[in-house]
This record gives sequence, C-alpha cells and structure tokens, in this order.
Amino acid sequence: MVLIYIDQADQEIKKASYEAISYGAALAKQLGTTAEALVAGNVKDDLTSLGKYGVSKVHHINNAALNNFDARVVSTVVAAAAKTLGATVVIFAHNINGRAIAPAVAVKLSAGIVTGACALPKTDAGFVVTKTVFSGKAFASIQIETAVKVISINQNSFGTVLGNEVATVAALDIAVPASTISITSVDKIQGEVPLTEASLVVSGGRGLKGPENWGILLDLAKALGASTACSRPVSDADWRPHHEHVGQTGIQIAPNLYIAIGISGAIQHLAGVNRSKTIVVINKDPEAPFFKAADYGVVGDAFVVVPALTAAILKSKGGA
Amino acid sequence: MKILVCISKTPDTTAKIAFIEGNTKFDENGVQWIINPYDEWYALVKAIELKEKDPSVAIHLVTVGGADTEPIIRKALALGGDEAIRINNITTDSFIVAQEIAAIAKEGAYDLIFTGKETIDYNSASVGSMLCALLDQNFISAAVKLEVTGNAITVTREIEGGEETCTTTTPAIISCQKGMAEQRIPNMRGIMAARTKPLKVVEATISNATTSIKNFDLPPAKSGVKLIDPDNMDELVRLLKEEAKVI
Ligand SMILES: Cc1cc2nc3c(=O)[nH]c(=O)nc-3n(C[C@H](O)[C@H](O)[C@H](O)COP(=O)(O)OP(=O)(O)OC[C@H]3O[C@@H](n4cnc5c(N)ncnc54)[C@H](O)[C@@H]3O)c2cc1C
Ligand SMILES: Nc1ncnc2c1ncn2[C@@H]1O[C@H](COP(=O)(O)O)[C@@H](O)[C@H]1O
Repeated sequence: MVLIYIDQADQEIKKASYEAISYGAALAKQLGTTAEALVAGNVKDDLTSLGKYGVSKVHHINNAALNNFDARVVSTVVAAAAKTLGATVVIFAHNINGRAIAPAVAVKLSAGIVTGACALPKTDAGFVVTKTVFSGKAFASIQIETAVKVISINQNSFGTVLGNEVATVAALDIAVPASTISITSVDKIQGEVPLTEASLVVSGGRGLKGPENWGILLDLAKALGASTACSRPVSDADWRPHHEHVGQTGIQIAPNLYIAIGISGAIQHLAGVNRSKTIVVINKDPEAPFFKAADYGVVGDAFVVVPALTAAILKSKGGA
Repeated sequence: MKILVCISKTPDTTAKIAFIEGNTKFDENGVQWIINPYDEWYALVKAIELKEKDPSVAIHLVTVGGADTEPIIRKALALGGDEAIRINNITTDSFIVAQEIAAIAKEGAYDLIFTGKETIDYNSASVGSMLCALLDQNFISAAVKLEVTGNAITVTREIEGGEETCTTTTPAIISCQKGMAEQRIPNMRGIMAARTKPLKVVEATISNATTSIKNFDLPPAKSGVKLIDPDNMDELVRLLKEEAKVI
C-alpha cells in the first residue's frame, strides 16, 4: 500500500498535499496496489473529499496534540502509522514540513529515501526515482534498495489529477509522544499565496533601482493575481522582505509563470527559478544572461514596459 | 555549551555542471569547492555569534568526506570553529552521513547541533531530520532566528507564507537558513590560528547505503527566447494566454 502524508496548517490541508495524493495514487496504480492517506491532527476539511485526488481510504489520527507541528513527534507518529498499516511506500510533499519529517520517517522505517522527486518512479526493473540536483541544474535517477521506500515530491512537478471518487475515513489510534516544543507565535503574511504554492510569480531585481519603485511591479502582480519575489541583493538591501528571496540560497520555486523584471539572471538566481514552466524576462540590456533561460523576452526599460504590460493584462481581462 | 556544526563541501555556485563516465559521475574537473553556503553563512556564523556573546561556548565542526575536504574545514576553522573532526567516508548518501555524525554527536554530548538547510549539490535536505530520528532529539528545520538563554532556546522557523516562533530546551538539532546570521570573511588572524587548531580524523564505520545513484541528466536546453516588441504588450499577453496557456 502507498501511504500519503497529508500536511496541514491551522487545521487546513495544504495545497501541496493534494499533489502528493495524485502522485501517490498514480504510483499505487503502477504498482497494482492501493493508495491511502494519513491525516494527523484535527482538520476542518471534509476528508471524504480526498477521494477526488485518488485515495480510497483516509486514516485519521484525530488527536489535537498533533495540531501544532513538532518534527520529532509527527515523524514518530507517522512512522508508527506506516508500520501499523503495512505501507510499502510513504509519500510526502517536499514542502517545509515534508522536508522536516520525511527523512526521519525513513530512518524509523529503515527505508531508503529520495527527496525532491520530480517524476513517477520507474518500477519495471528495481525502483528508480528521478529528482532535481544541483539546485535544478540537473536530474539524478536514484535507485532505492530497501523494501520500504519513502519519497518526497517537489511542488508543482506532478500536478493534481481530479477524479470523482469518495474516500472512506477511518479513525486510527496511534500513541502520540509528548511534545517538548511550544509554539509561541505565528506570523503569517495575510492574504498572499505563499510563494512556493503560487502558480504565477512576478519578481524584481536591482534594475528597479529602489524600494520606492516597487509600485509598478505590485500593480502587475495584482492585475495577474500573482505572488511577488525578488533577487538576493534586493532582499539583502531590505528593499523587499527576506521571504521573497528566490535562488540558490533563497527559496526554489516552480510556478507556471515567472516574470523577471530588472534581474540579470545570475546562475545562483536561475537555480531558484529554472523549473518554472514559462519564464518572461524584462530587461533593458539585450545581453542579460537571463534571456538565455527565458521563453519570452522584452528588451526595454522596466519603467515603461511593466505599466504597459499591466495595462494590456487589465484590458484583456476587461475584454474577455 | 557545546555546539556541533555540520560542514559539507559543495561545488562553487558558478561551477559548470557536467557528468562523465556515461553520465554516472559528476565531473569534478576544474571545479572549485566551497563550504556549503547554508553551513558557512548561517550555521557556522550563528555558532560564532553565540560564542562571541558567551566565550564558554565550544564550537566543534564535523565533516564526512575524504582528505580533499580539509581545505574546507580549515576555512571553517579560520572563520571561528574551535576544533574539527573529519570522518573519512566518501559518500553522497545522506543516511550514511547522518549515521556517521550521529555517532560523533552521541560521544560529544552536544547541546546544539547545527546543519544547513540543504546541500546545494544533492539538495537532500535530509541530514538534520535523520539526526532527529537517530538521536531522538528535537529538530527545528528551516530556522531563520535563534536565541539561547541557558538551556532555553527560542527559534523562529519558516512556514509556508510566514514564520513561526517556538521555545524548547537543549539538546536540539537546528537546520539553518537565511536570516540566522550574516556572511563573514575570514581574517588573517583567523587563518593563522586555523593552522594549529585540532583536526581529528576518524575512520568510517558506516557503509550500508539505502540508495544508489544510477545516472544523471541535464535538462533539455530552452528552444530560444521569443523577443517581443516593448511597444506591443498586447502580443505578450496573447502569447501567454494562447501559446504558453499560463494566464
Ligand atoms: C554563493 C552565492 C549564492 C547566491 N545566491 C543567490 C540567490 O539565491 N538568489 C539571487 O538572486 N542571487 C544570488 N546570488 C547573487 C547573484 O550572483 C547575483 O549577484 C544577483 O542575482 C544579482 O541580482 P540582480 O539581478 O537583481 O542584480 P544585477 O545583477 O545588478 O542586475 C540588474 C539587472 O537589471 C537590469 N536593469 C537595470 N535597469 C533596468 C531598467 N530600467 N529596466 C529593465 N532592466 C534594468 C540590468 O540590465 C541588469 O541585468 C548569489 C551569489 C553567490 C556568490
Ligand atoms: N558530508 C557531510 N559532512 C558533514 N555534514 C554534512 C554532510 N552532508 C550534509 N551535511 C550537513 O547536512 C546538511 C543538509 O545536507 P543534505 O541533507 O545532504 O542536503 C548540510 O547543510 C550540512 O550541514
């Protein structure tokens, strides 16, 4: 059985988990087995609806002690559940919590693990999982040698597949060790889609000259319904908050659309965005390296091009 | 307080990524090696900051690798580690690395263990979490801020769309990323002092790989950028809608 861990925050299932279910369900089909989901803690969402993404059954450890995320506690519980249920493959989203617990679960299950997978395993001979390495500059195909296997899947690399199944929900009773971590505050940016989950991203670099000029970029993001990002020097200079910094040493994203404005396209920046499906580059320098990695390019002054693009988007929306 | 900082060696961020031997091995030819940026800029410098506040803090460095990791370790000592251990095991398997480090950690009874968020070559982001299971200690990942008062620690970590602050006590394992500290450059005095700081080599004890790399691939090259007239943004919107189908 393929078991998919469902990550949640504030009792709401995270988007990345739906993709993990679709991936796990496709893998189960390929292996001729079933896909089941594991939910830890109280959740507001209707768990039978997880069937839509491909699981027949949802195991629910409905214990409020799991509402706050503690990597040591959650990994212990998930490993115990996987053993009890007899899972042969355990799937996680390669998001922040997935990274924190999937390797620990693998240790507890004596399982080999591949983190950051970007495709379904090849299972005709052995069990070989492809993942991104060198920050997206290459792929590695990795054979897992153990009987039980753990995989965490890169966000936006598989997509969600919707069906119309309804899952059955069963309570699962697993002992929860006491947490010795207490969460004292949570600081969420209101109203924005987290960058790692965003499908459209507008990003700015040093070419915008200063924080006072970000208005044109924010207007474009608003017209598109996109999240905002920036290059490292921009966040280092505190023109934009640190959580917007993408790249080798920032966060790695893979949206459907990445619009880079006044960013030169240094290799360390590309490492964070090169898995984007479509890249648009707006730069006044035709020699900017970013154009080599782009699908669409506009050679021009951002201060003229960006407002024009915003206007064109608003016009197309109004006219649709 | 004793802090163990896990230091790994990675290719320079601008290194050419190429493979040899039928795409089964990373081509190290001409590659410059650096301390993994997360380990250096954030984990190690954070430990140094804690020592600057409280000189009784001892900073031990550990690396799992061959003799060619020694220049990296010397640089880390020059930045401010007190002593270093190299475990002579050449591997790309995070589980082997974690088991080797866990053995050192048990022996040294450290209050804090720092790792980087991930290595920039194999991007496993696994060693810290594996240490959590192997040592049964608290693990706080993706930490952006840390305060230590006696054995009480307050850590802020990244969560999707924000940050979360929690408190716990030592011992704890923390994976570090941007925000924890600022990058530093080693000074001459540090470089001189590093030459005589202890660097102990211990032999590998772990060899049970659970995974093996079959081969590498490079992503297909982009077919070439389509340039759009800056005076015709309607055309760009049309292409994004009809050709790329992303908006
Ligand atoms: C170890 C290491 C790790 C790093 N990690 C990261 C990382 O994670 N993320 C990251 O982003 N960087 C990272 N860097 C830094 C990286 O090397 C570059 O320095 C950085 O990405 C450059 O940022 P930028 O493109 O905003 O600025 P610049 O390189 O200064 O580029 C500005 C661009 O704006 C263009 N421009 C100027 N005016 C206009 C205008 N009016 N209209 C349109 N275009 C204009 C210019 O032509 C230029 O191309 C790292 C570096 C190192 C050494
Ligand atoms: N060979 C190694 N020696 C010492 N520490 C390592 C080694 N490999 C990884 N680490 C540590 O574990 C962190 C995460 O690495 P990884 O899980 O391999 O992505 C790194 O940032 C280092 O702090």
